Amino acid sequence: MTWDLILRVGLVAVAFLTLPLLVGQTEHKVMAHMQARLGPMYAGAFHGWAQLIADGVKFAQKEDVTPRAADGPVFRLAPAVALLPYLLVLLVIPLGPGDLVGEQLDVGLFFVLAVVGVGVIAVLMAAWASANKYSLLGGLRAAAQLLGYELPFVLSAASVAMAAGTLSLPGIVAAWEPWWLLWQLPATVVFFVSGLAEIRRPPFDMPIADSELVFGYMTEYTGLRFAFFLLAEYVGIVVISALTAALFLGGWHGPWADSVGWLWMLLKTGAVAFVVIWLRVSWPRLREDQLQRLCWLVLVPLALAQLVLTAGVRVALS
Amino acid sequence: MSIPGAGLGKGLAVTLKTLVSPSTTQQYPDVAPELPPRSRGVIALREENCTVCMLCSRECPDWCIYIDSHKEEVVVPGAARPRQRNVLDRFDIDFSLCMYCGICIEVCPFDALYWSPEFEYAEYDIRDLMHDKDRLGEWMATVPPPPPHDPLGEPSKEETAVAKRASAS
Repeated sequence: MTWDLILRVGLVAVAFLTLPLLVGQTEHKVMAHMQARLGPMYAGAFHGWAQLIADGVKFAQKEDVTPRAADGPVFRLAPAVALLPYLLVLLVIPLGPGDLVGEQLDVGLFFVLAVVGVGVIAVLMAAWASANKYSLLGGLRAAAQLLGYELPFVLSAASVAMAAGTLSLPGIVAAWEPWWLLWQLPATVVFFVSGLAEIRRPPFDMPIADSELVFGYMTEYTGLRFAFFLLAEYVGIVVISALTAALFLGGWHGPWADSVGWLWMLLKTGAVAFVVIWLRVSWPRLREDQLQRLCWLVLVPLALAQLVLTAGVRVALS
Repeated sequence: MSIPGAGLGKGLAVTLKTLVSPSTTQQYPDVAPELPPRSRGVIALREENCTVCMLCSRECPDWCIYIDSHKEEVVVPGAARPRQRNVLDRFDIDFSLCMYCGICIEVCPFDALYWSPEFEYAEYDIRDLMHDKDRLGEWMATVPPPPPHDPLGEPSKEETAVAKRASAS
């Protein structure tokens, strides 16, 4: 029993350390080719496969600076607070049928939504403790954005939970049927878009907005702590992609799901992650007012309408 | 009538098309670039053709050509008096000043200067960009042969002259 637990946690940790790097490397190459470039070509000799390892070595060598005016302990703690929630989320996302999941949790969806919300605290900690006006502006933007987008995020997730009749992530995936793709389509879109905003990816990178706010709440960070924030962003992509795939795209469902279900899950996660990168390359950043308008005037009503639809179909079916 | 959000889709289409079309990036230090035959890389000097007329030096917009010479008497057996000819002592082009306009090559009446497509002569010290006449002479080996006459272009002066002479006689 103990060994089983250690094995599961170890595997989740391995996924936590490798999948974000995989996404990061894919982003390097995909973004480069979308911009008619080649991207990294030298690190590791074959098409720059070791570029992120080289980046990691570089970050580790850099000096760890804490500004004199900064609130030291909070400033130093923020990157860990940003990173840890995603590790916990990975623990409950089902990879395949049966008990191919880090931890069977009956309130998995509730846990995921609660823990992902911790991200905003990390951002506010970093922003406030940096004692930098750009950081503070970025942090406040992030707070406004994350609080706003939390609502459609939760509402669209609630829709699928209502459809499946359970809060357990493996339970939702098991209850999923292909026609849900159509039925839950608005929720899928709302969940994906607000998920993008949750992890502050372009086109929702107002809090970072390097052309106006230097680097937002990450302005004062250097070395490994900065790398932690970057890693948190890429784990965020993995988590949001995996959640979208598990909740709305059927997770491990697919041909021969009993034997290669985990592969379907990984493929779907990868496809969603590719879309995340694709959107980043193609679309410009939203302005702050556009960002709030999209959230409150489009996504929230859409999510509420989806909830009504889901409830209606559920009542009609039962 | 435009569909709202059509521009977003168009943007996605552009990036996807660029993604699947091969990149035109040239991996320069690993793969030599394919330059057009008449690329302007470096200026080569055919020393024997130079008569020290100084036209190139005077026409150079930023005065990057330095020429020194002296006169020599040549005694031709059987001639009434000895001839004088210019001997080139120094012919330097400072490539840190040169802007590759090619005017010196255009004005040279005796075809002593040529374009060569070689371009890998960067130096760590700016003073080493001053190429003397031996260095400029070495570039001669890299000068490509002149391009063939354009079959659709006007006939050359020599051809028209010959034709005119033939029709006159």
